[in-house]
Amino acid sequence: MSLLEGKKVIAIGDRDGIPGPAIEACAKSAGAEVVFASTECFV
Amino acid sequence: MSFPVIKKATYILVNTPDMIIHNGTTQTLEKETNPDSEYLKEIVKHLRSFEDVVGYAPNQTYIGGMTPEELSEIKRPWNASKVENAKRFAEFGEIMPQDEFYGLIKVSDVFDLVLLEKDFTEVVRGKFTSHPVLNIKVDALKAGEELSVIESFVKSGAEGLFMDGKLVGCIKKAHEFDKNLTSHIMLENLSVKASGVLALMHLVKNSGINVNEVEYLIECSEEAVGDMNQRGGGNIAKACGEIAGIKGATGTDMRGFCAGPSHALVTASALVKSGIYKNVIVFAGGATAKLGMNGKDHIKKGLPILEDCLGGFAVLISENDGVSPVMRTDVVGRHTIGHGAAPQAVIEALVSEPLARVGMKITDVDKYAPEMQTPDITEPAGAGDVPTQNYKMIGALAVKSGQLDRKELPNFVTAHGYPGYAPTQGHIPSGVPIIGHGINHIMSGKLNNFMIIGKGSLFLGRMTNLFDGVSILIEKNSGVIEEPSGISKEEIKNMIAEEMKNFADSMLK
Amino acid sequence: MDLEIQQRVIDLTSKFGAENMIVMLGGAEAEASGLSAETVCAGDPTFAGPLAGIALGLGVYHVVESEVKNEFDPAVYDEQCGMMEMVLDIDSIIGEVKTVRDEYSKYNK
Repeated sequence: MSLLEGKKVIAIGDRDGIPGPAIEACAKSAGAEVVFASTECFV
Repeated sequence: MSFPVIKKATYILVNTPDMIIHNGTTQTLEKETNPDSEYLKEIVKHLRSFEDVVGYAPNQTYIGGMTPEELSEIKRPWNASKVENAKRFAEFGEIMPQDEFYGLIKVSDVFDLVLLEKDFTEVVRGKFTSHPVLNIKVDALKAGEELSVIESFVKSGAEGLFMDGKLVGCIKKAHEFDKNLTSHIMLENLSVKASGVLALMHLVKNSGINVNEVEYLIECSEEAVGDMNQRGGGNIAKACGEIAGIKGATGTDMRGFCAGPSHALVTASALVKSGIYKNVIVFAGGATAKLGMNGKDHIKKGLPILEDCLGGFAVLISENDGVSPVMRTDVVGRHTIGHGAAPQAVIEALVSEPLARVGMKITDVDKYAPEMQTPDITEPAGAGDVPTQNYKMIGALAVKSGQLDRKELPNFVTAHGYPGYAPTQGHIPSGVPIIGHGINHIMSGKLNNFMIIGKGSLFLGRMTNLFDGVSILIEKNSGVIEEPSGISKEEIKNMIAEEMKNFADSMLK
Repeated sequence: MDLEIQQRVIDLTSKFGAENMIVMLGGAEAEASGLSAETVCAGDPTFAGPLAGIALGLGVYHVVESEVKNEFDPAVYDEQCGMMEMVLDIDSIIGEVKTVRDEYSKYNK
């Protein structure tokens, strides 16, 4: 059974890792609905 | 066409231990949300002495007291050792103590908002007298105030200025009701102004330029200067130029979060290359808000507060002189609105695409200068070694594009990048710290080129989720100043005459 | 974790139900990723934000973990994240986040 399909995803990205919009694109491609995406900047 | 050149760079640090506690947002937020916290009680025990700040190897590298190569030789963490015979003045500038900085804030204030206690003022006046660039500002300090006057202003809302916990001055609000002219905002803006002025004054002196030949100033910090009707009106550039005595210039402020300096460098290069101006200075002072930003993590790990300095820099861009390194205005990268946030897209936009346009490979750039924060500061806070992370990303893209073998990636990282040595002051570590050393190394033949990469987290302003960045390549001067190309009227007349003669001859045959 | 983000996690979880939510992380470092994961499962370990002392038990994954990676369109993952596999310490990140999830997540683990 799919883990992500149909789920609501919160994407918390890292500017120096994988940013929010990139996570969002991946999650959407798995059939999830992204309800919030943001990117954190630690420096 | 002739490329503009980058002639000189200066760098300053200001050690501000008391400002960490009273003006760093990590601390001010803690005071507001958790006033009895252990952290606030502990922090005073973790402040470094001025001597330790001067002897800190990354700080010495930043002001030109040592090279990045020499820094690489020192065992990490760098805060575990002290540099022998470290001096506060070095090739690129200085590390200034807090008391002199308060004096400089006073000198930078033209609205009588800053009061300094009278005995304290005399101490600072004495120090100004022997300062290489501030000796001309001795009288501008004016007379000090009675402490009781200062105390009463602080009671009614002025921001206190403290030395070792003792009140020595204050900064008043500039308006009773205007929320953009509060004492807090005045302090932040006067601090970025004063540190910007210091960098400017060192640059004018070190570059040997006739100060009246500087025509334009671009300030690229991250502060907003204005009032309630124009919150970010700006042009602190001109305000700084006024204090620094750069009478022939006007200026503007350029904002781009941490990518501000890179945008400013590209713009300054365009202004000089187009012939609009002959000499443009790009500069910025530091942010009091970011002092002690990761203090909680530093104390938790038994470290001193390492974010105890404001940073500042100033760079001179001029017409091609045949000698200084050139700004390759034909190798400029820009992260566009359409590029997207994927790390690969960002590095393509800033590195591989501009290089490819002139037939260069990623491996053809000797040194990359992305964000150059000192890893001593960022690693304990869980943010890793940012410069190294960036070199890995650039190398990874080179591997993905077939320009580099996967197993060469670790070597690429050490060969094409310097360790980080700049304070976590946002725009300050963003690419520009390399310039001073880069110019020296290009002039001595050690390097052929280096690339400055600025990246900005625009999403922090909540106006967009977009990322941003620009980059530019700086390279050894070929020594040939191209004459303006084009053909003269005389030559055209001769060509027409020749053809008409040929035509006439052919008719006669 | 940013205080605003913590509040959003609380609000969205109460709107959609914890069993329907998955948090996906993109942290660059293992330690920071572990802290973020712990925040959305067990509560803010720094006690600084709205999630202090609140254990939502949400299912949390880092994008590089195979449990989620295997469900992404490979072309999309490669374009968005592929290059970073050469940069990030994948094993440490996976180790850290999985440990937190195994211990504290109640849903979608």
